[in-house]
Amino acid sequence: MATAGEIALAAVKRDIRNRWLLSVPALVIIALAAIGPLFVMLLYSFMVKGDYGDVKFGQFSFDGWFNVFFTRDIFDDTLTFADAHLSILWRSISLSLITTVTTLFFGFPTAYFIATRPQHQRDTWLFVVTIPFWTNILIRTFAMQEVLRNEGIINSALRAMHIIDSPIQIMFTNWAVLFGMVYVYLPLMVLPLYASMEKIDFRLVEAGYDLYATRLQVLRRIIIPLVKPGIIAGSILVFIPSLGAYVTPRVLGGGKSMMLGNLIELQFGQGRDWPLGAALSITLMVVVTLALLVYVRNASRGGGGHG
Amino acid sequence: MAKSFSVRSQPGFVFVALLCFFLLYLPIATLVFYAFNAGVSVAVWEGFSLRWFQSAMNNSEVQEATLRSVFIAVTAAFLSTIAATMAALATTRTPDYPGLTFKYAFINQPLMVPEIVTAVALLIVFSRIKVWTGYSGIGYLLAAHTAFCIPFAYLPIRARLENMDLTLERAAADLYATPWNTFKRVTLPLLWPGILAGFMLAFVISLDDVVITEFVKSGGQETLPTYMLGQLRRVVTPEINAISTVFLAISILFVTIFFFLNRKKV
Repeated sequence: MATAGEIALAAVKRDIRNRWLLSVPALVIIALAAIGPLFVMLLYSFMVKGDYGDVKFGQFSFDGWFNVFFTRDIFDDTLTFADAHLSILWRSISLSLITTVTTLFFGFPTAYFIATRPQHQRDTWLFVVTIPFWTNILIRTFAMQEVLRNEGIINSALRAMHIIDSPIQIMFTNWAVLFGMVYVYLPLMVLPLYASMEKIDFRLVEAGYDLYATRLQVLRRIIIPLVKPGIIAGSILVFIPSLGAYVTPRVLGGGKSMMLGNLIELQFGQGRDWPLGAALSITLMVVVTLALLVYVRNASRGGGGHG
Repeated sequence: MAKSFSVRSQPGFVFVALLCFFLLYLPIATLVFYAFNAGVSVAVWEGFSLRWFQSAMNNSEVQEATLRSVFIAVTAAFLSTIAATMAALATTRTPDYPGLTFKYAFINQPLMVPEIVTAVALLIVFSRIKVWTGYSGIGYLLAAHTAFCIPFAYLPIRARLENMDLTLERAAADLYATPWNTFKRVTLPLLWPGILAGFMLAFVISLDDVVITEFVKSGGQETLPTYMLGQLRRVVTPEINAISTVFLAISILFVTIFFFLNRKKV
């Protein structure tokens, strides 16, 4: 005879089993076409590269990883740091950091502006920021190209004002990639900033002014600490895709201003060094995961500290 | 003070904000403007014309790429929405159970990895499968798109479910409705706006994808975005502007519908 308790327990077990069955399609699809391939790629990074791309399946070596950081001279076998790779890695990290800071500089006032509009106007302003965000990244990059080209808006305007005689070359420089990334990722900064600014209790700001604080002091001592979670979230949301950017540097930077994403692509195209490409991809993923971990740690601490 | 003092304002903020809105739309506006150019240049205005829209419409490569894009997006959105709906039903409105956190992490994983990394990993695996099976059809693109669309479809469906309590379902069960009938007559109609929003989000995400498609596609499987990426290497004519403009209009339409679907509360 089953007791009431046992019947209830059986019902809970059945419920959990059903919930696993329901999750199977999503879990299987993601395992096969997203997570699983990452492990295969890890395996490939330890294989011998094939002569015309691909790998010699089943033959293992550390060359892929070795080549991420070092080059071996063909003539005398001396080792040197792989300057090309390291400079591209450095460019990826520094451009992503500058992009993050720039989007914060422009995004902060923009989010603040939206958050201080009357309630009924806010949705509209948010919608205005969201539309470029949902526009295909390729279209936005292409639009940026029209601004930066030698015959583009910037150069035409400067020439019309007789500030310059011959166009300034912006395309295919680090500047073009930077402008493009700031443009493409700005909404990713504004949205989380707005989410935390919306919740600001302006009585605190008022209290600050009552105590003779200047506007700058109010901004620095009251507003910025209150929206810190939004600043961190926005920075992470901008930094991570910038680091893995592929389309923007490819179109605006070309071969002259490559980033990590383009270097990875190169190994699967002309470079024909799949193990190196796999190792570079894993390096990128590790850096991104570290950035995410920093965010998670900060977010949980910030949540506890400020209540 | 002569002027009324506003505690909310900060010096220069309004200026920077308005500048930002202007700069966000200036490039897009230019792009759209030159789509209507009568001349062949994307920088010199020669009068209004719709010729580039016509030439894009008559371009057989564009037609094929568009059809393929839409086919992939509809299929991937359909499959991922079904999988995501089931997964959302399995992970909401329940006390914590073993494996729940694991499922969240697993389903959201495609959002955590840079697209280029997933793209390269898929290239590696699919090219190996191509060698083994000899199959090089559109199935690879469908599989890849379905996988990365799942977390996007999952988001609005889960949000909708979390706002629905179990009262109505319990009432149905009390009235001797079978679990299937309860789902069909109570849960599904209530959940429908979330499912629709999830489908549309997945559709837009799939339609927009450049990076993963670029690496996974076999020869002759251009989608509209990869076709455009290829064109950007050559001399650009306003035809690309015209395609972009139509693309843009469709995206805006979808975002607007999504915006209104999501705003209505239960």
